[in-house]
Amino acid sequence: MVTRDDILAWLKCYRQTLAENKDYLTRLDSAIGDADHGANMDRGFAAVMDKLPSVAEKDLGSIFKTIGMTLVSTVGGAGGPLYGTWFMRAGMALDGKTEVTSADLLAAFQAGLAGVQQRGKATTGEKTMVDAMSPACAAMQASLTEGGDTATALAAAAAGAEQGMRETIPMLATKGRASYLGERSIGHQDPGATSSAMLFRCAADVLGRAQ
Amino acid sequence: MKKLINNPADVVKEELQGVALAHGDQVRVHFDPAYVVRVDAPVVGKVGIVSGGGSGHEPMHGGFVGYGMLDAACPGAVFTSPTPDQMLEATKAVDGGAGVLHIVKNYTGDILNFEMAAELAMAEGIEVESVVIDDDVAVQNSLWTAGRRGVGATVLAEKICGAAAEAGKSLKEVAELCRKVNGWGRSMGMALTSCTVPHAGQPTFELPEDEMEIGIGIHGEPGRTRMALKSADEITELLALPVIQDLPFEKGDRVIAMVNGMGGTPLIELYIVYRKLAEICEAHGITIARSLVGNYITSLEMAGCSITLLKADDELLGYWDAPVKTPGLRWGM
Ligand SMILES: Nc1ncnc2c1ncn2[C@@H]1O[C@H](COP(=O)(O)OP(=O)(O)OP(=O)(O)O)[C@@H](O)[C@H]1O
Ligand SMILES: [Mg+2]
Repeated sequence: MVTRDDILAWLKCYRQTLAENKDYLTRLDSAIGDADHGANMDRGFAAVMDKLPSVAEKDLGSIFKTIGMTLVSTVGGAGGPLYGTWFMRAGMALDGKTEVTSADLLAAFQAGLAGVQQRGKATTGEKTMVDAMSPACAAMQASLTEGGDTATALAAAAAGAEQGMRETIPMLATKGRASYLGERSIGHQDPGATSSAMLFRCAADVLGRAQ
Repeated sequence: MKKLINNPADVVKEELQGVALAHGDQVRVHFDPAYVVRVDAPVVGKVGIVSGGGSGHEPMHGGFVGYGMLDAACPGAVFTSPTPDQMLEATKAVDGGAGVLHIVKNYTGDILNFEMAAELAMAEGIEVESVVIDDDVAVQNSLWTAGRRGVGATVLAEKICGAAAEAGKSLKEVAELCRKVNGWGRSMGMALTSCTVPHAGQPTFELPEDEMEIGIGIHGEPGRTRMALKSADEITELLALPVIQDLPFEKGDRVIAMVNGMGGTPLIELYIVYRKLAEICEAHGITIARSLVGNYITSLEMAGCSITLLKADDELLGYWDAPVKTPGLRWGM
């Protein structure tokens, strides 16, 4: 089982990763966006870390919904409502739980993805965070179906997200600010797919080691 | 970077403090979450109108809060959409029982945040209608983009809808009117220079001394083409013709014409552009019924201008002429 402390450690890892990669994400966003994705995510997760102590004793559903609300109210841009929705929907799937199985985690990731797609109306291949989140879910599901344990399944999710992230490079953006560039969006990695891949990489590194 | 600021991180906050002090007779500024609201809000029985977007486009939107225009405006960080909590609080603050219209410019961030705010407000029992403005003809409107950007027509929509709300129109009617303005309004802009977002510290894009960008967005998004600098008359043609052809505006049409400065271009130059625009309209048999020349929807210190034409019937002209009293636009009272 993955415990609440493990989940909190995962979030802390993600916050650190974002802080370390703030300039990198902003650089990616300056190529095809408006050079704010790193700053946006860093600001959002700094606020999340401030909020977490007040809900750290609650169930994972409450924790994730609080994270979602915090991101929505501090990030702005497209990233705020999209990541906010991911965490709120994932939180609904984790309602009442204080420890979770790998199947619970997959259900939460899938719910988050469904929320992001419903809000942003993007499918795969449009050069967005969906291109990392969606293969992560698919790879994790395949791994669990094959009888993989939590560590294996999360490693598959992270690898799937990273491959999806790299596959955004040759894509033509058809959603978000990057779509204004048309053909000029080709050849650049999507910043939102990159920050999403980092979320799954932290999950694999921290939760995969949990038991 | 050479700017009249104290600290990049405090730009929006200190600007809002200045607005509150300068225009306290017309607007109140609420902080945490940030919104600018009419002093007399909510006006009981009147449809409330809320808009918002990234800062850096002043006087839009905060400068258009007041009698006959917006009830509230939500300022985001410079060039970044505001957040749903701001929009929700602003919506609650202006709800006089007749519902609230959200006027949203078509940028993914603005759309998503306003959508969440509308859902939250409706969950609290407030009737909300949202109208998206997408009048920028520089962007191809196709399945392959996020759609046309919202630019100059936003100013005209806010004025006209504000007057209709003041006249006691229902939420449905004001929203319908807003869609009509968006349907009949078209714009295109150009840049002579780039602009620098305070917290970025670097110009948003590079534009050599002898070049210009035609079809620029209000956040420095790329336009249709970059080309060698031309005369004011030629530039006016490069903007006006695509605008006229897009709707298309036809012989016999009456229009409201706006020549808008991007922030770094003096009025003396905007009037040179207007002079040529009037000539082009006349040559096309288009009558400019009303005009507006000045800095209304800017892009920080960018030099350049945009042209907006709005086809206008008696209904639109009537609301256009109605009294308005805001820090950024005032006539008739
Ligand atoms: N419709 C969408 N669906 C899913 N993801 C999207 C969508 N639009 C944009 N994105 C993601 O959002 C990322 C950009 O996030 P960012 O925080 O930079 O917001 P933004 O687009 O700059 O917002 P704003 O336009 O208000 O400044 C993109 O890299 C992309 O992955
Ligand atoms: Mg961005």
